[in-house]
Amino acid sequence: MTAATLEAARTEARTRKPRPPMRKRLKALLHWNWLGGLAGWFWLVVVILPIYWIVVTSLKAQTDYYLSNPFVPPSNPTLENYRAVLDNSFIRYFVNSVIVTIGAVVPAVLMSFMAAYAIIRDGRRLFLRSTNGLFLMGLAIPLQATIIPIYLLIIKLKLYDTLIAMILPSIAFAIPLSVLVLSNFIRDVPSELFESMRVDGASDWQMLWRLAFPLTRPALVTVTIYNGLTIWNGFLLPLVLTQSPDKQTLPLALSAFQGQFGINVPATLAVVVLTLLPILALYILARRHVMSGLSGGFTK
Amino acid sequence: MTAVARPAQVTAPTSAPSRGRRQRSLSWLVLPALAFFVLFALVPLVGVVLLSFTSWNGQSQNIPFTGLESWRAVLDTPGLAHSLWVTFLITVFSWAFQTPMAILLGVFLAGRQRYRGFLSVFYIIPLLLSSAAIAITYKALLDPNFGLGANLHIELLKQNWLGEPNLALATVVFIVSWQFIPFHSLLYQGAVRQIPQSMYEAATIDGAGRVRQFVAITLPQLKYTVITSSILMVVGSLTFFDLIWVLTEGGPADATRVLAVDMYIEGFRAHQMGQASAIACFLVVLGLILALILRRLGGRDTGASQMEGA
Repeated sequence: MTAATLEAARTEARTRKPRPPMRKRLKALLHWNWLGGLAGWFWLVVVILPIYWIVVTSLKAQTDYYLSNPFVPPSNPTLENYRAVLDNSFIRYFVNSVIVTIGAVVPAVLMSFMAAYAIIRDGRRLFLRSTNGLFLMGLAIPLQATIIPIYLLIIKLKLYDTLIAMILPSIAFAIPLSVLVLSNFIRDVPSELFESMRVDGASDWQMLWRLAFPLTRPALVTVTIYNGLTIWNGFLLPLVLTQSPDKQTLPLALSAFQGQFGINVPATLAVVVLTLLPILALYILARRHVMSGLSGGFTK
Repeated sequence: MTAVARPAQVTAPTSAPSRGRRQRSLSWLVLPALAFFVLFALVPLVGVVLLSFTSWNGQSQNIPFTGLESWRAVLDTPGLAHSLWVTFLITVFSWAFQTPMAILLGVFLAGRQRYRGFLSVFYIIPLLLSSAAIAITYKALLDPNFGLGANLHIELLKQNWLGEPNLALATVVFIVSWQFIPFHSLLYQGAVRQIPQSMYEAATIDGAGRVRQFVAITLPQLKYTVITSSILMVVGSLTFFDLIWVLTEGGPADATRVLAVDMYIEGFRAHQMGQASAIACFLVVLGLILALILRRLGGRDTGASQMEGA
């Protein structure tokens, strides 16, 4: 902007009639929070710096890592770390993570949806009421506290050191919150819609999938993302329920990588970047859904 | 799922007695979810109590019943009291750091300005990372010999962050906050946006200043969100495991050995599954108590318990 236009803008602002006082006050109101502003920008730096550092460092050669300023991008960026990591059965862990996540999230969400539908549509029945109460109580059960019996159960089922071992408990622990969020949403579907479909001779099974399912889509996306992230980032279940390296998922493999590469920090950080990439891609593609998914539907 | 679906489809539509309101039972729809939940959450919950009366070593086929022996062992050693104390410290400090910060950021983010939406895009990133990845990153960043301090030649940063008990505890609190403040800011952002604008208008007309408005309107209106967010933090802190395990394995010298880490070490390192189960019982009871408090205080958002740190 040139000085002339600036000056023009300034005179225009001076000559313009003042806005209605109410709106002016409102605007001032939104501008007030300097403390918040300070905190906001400060926290941005706090959040961004480590992440910037991860990316920059993962592009450095290991020898450069110790010598260079940690925040200056490498003069000769290299993808060597990524190559080393990808050669190192990263793909294996990645596929494992995908299998476990999809294998747990899809059935968990579908089953929770069916359960939520029944609880809302037929909720006066004692059986369904008590099931709902059970799920609500289930929200308070920490996975960590039940890990030892789960370990025993998985051994008894002869599933130890398999991917299914991680999938089964993941499903169980995804159900309570999913049912809660979904049933809150199904409750808002006007019952007239169900009635009119029933008059047309639709069975409950048909109403479930043709009416409730499409109408519940936002909530379904929310719980899918929330559960997906939880399971994708899960650490305890793979730690306890697997032992062979080729059954590990990414978060566990990460800590193993760290041991394996030892002090090769750039290579370890390359793994971190690679782990984050798929989630970041999802985030960029569907930001709003991820936002609501992250908070599990608690910020509507 | 389809297997369960069959039986209901066979039943012909029964005649509706009164205005089609009566319908066939839908209970079967809940069965798959119920089965999974019972088998892999409820049975283990009962199991952890039962196992606490045994001295299983985690490997052998037989699980010897030994009565109260594990409980006595757990209660007699200072280990449990210590990890309860550490858990308490981490909970309190991370609450005290996160809550004001999250309210401040949430109020700030609630403004409709474009750039604030832009900021929140970045705030979210820590939530996308796994605790393991975060722990590994900070471990490298804070390394006294090769980390930030050493490379930037800043004396202040050249601390043995994870090597000294108090410092390690503070570091854990900071990293936890780094990870979860964004989540709580989002909660507050949503809540602030629901406060009716007219309240502020009225206050402005009455001549109330910003600080006054914040104290008299914003904070009271956020009451339920503060409760929800606090409970999520507290329940989350109760079950911290991934981050601390990768970061310090409970060290140095048990300084960050929270309940869940204590349980893991007892069970899977020392092979004392009985004692580990007894510690787990504490986790369960504390979790349930907190959930009950949540119901009392909040009324709404009953289901909020496990959101964080899961």
